[in-house]
Amino acid sequence: MMGRSRFILSALAFGYAFLYIPLVFVVVYSFNDSRIATIWGGFSTRWYGELLRNDQVLDAAFLSLRIAMTSATAATILGTMAGLALARFGRFRGRTLFSGMISSPMVMPEVITGLSLLLLFVTLQQLTGWPGQRGFTTITIAHTTFSMAYVAVIVQSRLMSMDESLEEAAMDLGGKPLRVVLDITLPLIAPAMIAGWLLSFTLSLDDLVIASFVSGPGSNTLPMYIFSKVKLGVSPDINALATIIIGAITFGVLIAWFAMRRMRT
Amino acid sequence: MKDFIRIRGISKYFGDFAAVDDVSLDIAKGELFSILGGSGCGKTTLLRILAGFELPTKGTVEIDGVDVTNQPPYQRPVNMMFQSYAIFPHMSVAKNVAYGLQKEGVARTDIEKRVDQALDLVQLRDFAKRKPDQLSGGQRQRVALARAIIKRPKVLLLDEPLAALDKKLRERTQFELMNIQDELGITFVVVTHDQEEAMTLSTRIAVMEQGRFLQIGTPLEIYEYPRNRFVADFIGTINTFDGTVQQIDENTLVIDSEEAGTTITALGRHDVVVGQKVCVAVRPEKIFVGKDEPDNSEDTRVRGVVHDLGYLGNLSLYRIKLVNDNIVLVSSQNRRRSASRFLEWEDEVWISWRPRSVAVLLE
Repeated sequence: MMGRSRFILSALAFGYAFLYIPLVFVVVYSFNDSRIATIWGGFSTRWYGELLRNDQVLDAAFLSLRIAMTSATAATILGTMAGLALARFGRFRGRTLFSGMISSPMVMPEVITGLSLLLLFVTLQQLTGWPGQRGFTTITIAHTTFSMAYVAVIVQSRLMSMDESLEEAAMDLGGKPLRVVLDITLPLIAPAMIAGWLLSFTLSLDDLVIASFVSGPGSNTLPMYIFSKVKLGVSPDINALATIIIGAITFGVLIAWFAMRRMRT
Repeated sequence: MKDFIRIRGISKYFGDFAAVDDVSLDIAKGELFSILGGSGCGKTTLLRILAGFELPTKGTVEIDGVDVTNQPPYQRPVNMMFQSYAIFPHMSVAKNVAYGLQKEGVARTDIEKRVDQALDLVQLRDFAKRKPDQLSGGQRQRVALARAIIKRPKVLLLDEPLAALDKKLRERTQFELMNIQDELGITFVVVTHDQEEAMTLSTRIAVMEQGRFLQIGTPLEIYEYPRNRFVADFIGTINTFDGTVQQIDENTLVIDSEEAGTTITALGRHDVVVGQKVCVAVRPEKIFVGKDEPDNSEDTRVRGVVHDLGYLGNLSLYRIKLVNDNIVLVSSQNRRRSASRFLEWEDEVWISWRPRSVAVLLE
């Protein structure tokens, strides 16, 4: 008994160490005073200051945030509609196909998604002249397509566990269908929508592969900027940037987790 | 006023399966009508057709002279109390009750007044500000009731209204429901699988099985004059004996039954012929049991031994084993107070019943 629990404890410790020690290094070295990223030269916050004076970083961060906000919002709207259709319209023709297709962007390799979207945009441009330049719009559309799958799945599972007679009762009491959705359905799936939005936001902020495919000249997202910079050698201000991102994502995940927990009760 | 609700030839198919099969029914204004049946008999589907949640495959529904067959739920003068109560979890008790009036566009001051009245009626005035998750099962049931009656619908549909309550609460709530129905004069249509509930609540009952009505009548008619074996079995307990008609007289019918081990005398009727196979049904409380041979020659008499007995305080239940090993259920009231039992296990007894206690069922 004792031996087994010691084994489990060490396995646990090893697993978490494997996951989190790299992150700890990044955070610790972001406060490193030395210019050479791998040598400890005392505690300092100067790289954070330098980061704020770096226009390239700020531009990239601002673009990433705009894309994340827009695509998360669009994904939440579209995903909620898809989830509603899957959970509430009963058995319509092709429902199985539709519900299988909605989750495929979640398992599709990002390279394929990115490549196919790039092809789509190029073809569209040749045919219609739109989108004239790849950048904010194309990356946002790309992020929306795969994020909405996550939102749809979360919203659908919430609706499945919800008593359908709630909506029937509202209709019975005189609520027209659209009114019932606004009065009853949306308030009850709001936690799922918030969780979906936060998840989409995080996924978008994080994405490098798809964004690289569909971005154009001059439109670098934050991950793209970091990646290109690291290729020239790790510089300490990237550590500071990474620490800020870790903090932001942890915050977002915590809020999503709280929202999910509230939705279960 | 006999036909306040007119259901004409309603059928509902799910694929090939007929959940409701060509059902017609009239319900009068102010009735408390129960649709009684086991699970899957189609009673809930019929109720949902009345509410407008299902469109019938065939047939029409009229309420107060208006054909509502194709009206959506939000336009019908009908409200429903759901089995799950379906209380909106994100609204307070008062908001739940007010919802119907808000959708109707009633002025705010009127809404407040009527919500107060409705909550008074179900004795929940002090709970107006509570959230549903702070209520007990009985309180939730009353919120659902208040919400369903606040629009003063012409018809109130109740789907298993008492099923989720414990026994004590159920008995009390039954009478509350009847009082409220009486006070408001709303026509109630109740769907239930609980025959006791249907018996105590209803002015009339329809017994439903496989999408059809087997019998429609007052609780008394259904209990005392069941039309077939299913109804007889479903409502209360009953002893049945197969037999053949042996003799038809002016006032009596004599049926030879091997299962009873004797001939059974019933009241005369004209819709049978000699030699016809029938089923004789007798309720346990209509059977006398005693140690001495009864002397009334018209009564059916059989000998047996006490196979089992149960003492319930007010009643004693006996399982009497006949000579041919068939078991007959008998219940008798314990009228006399006594320290010793009137009958013991393995006592040799006579059981008997009067001709008019016998229901003759044609298969």
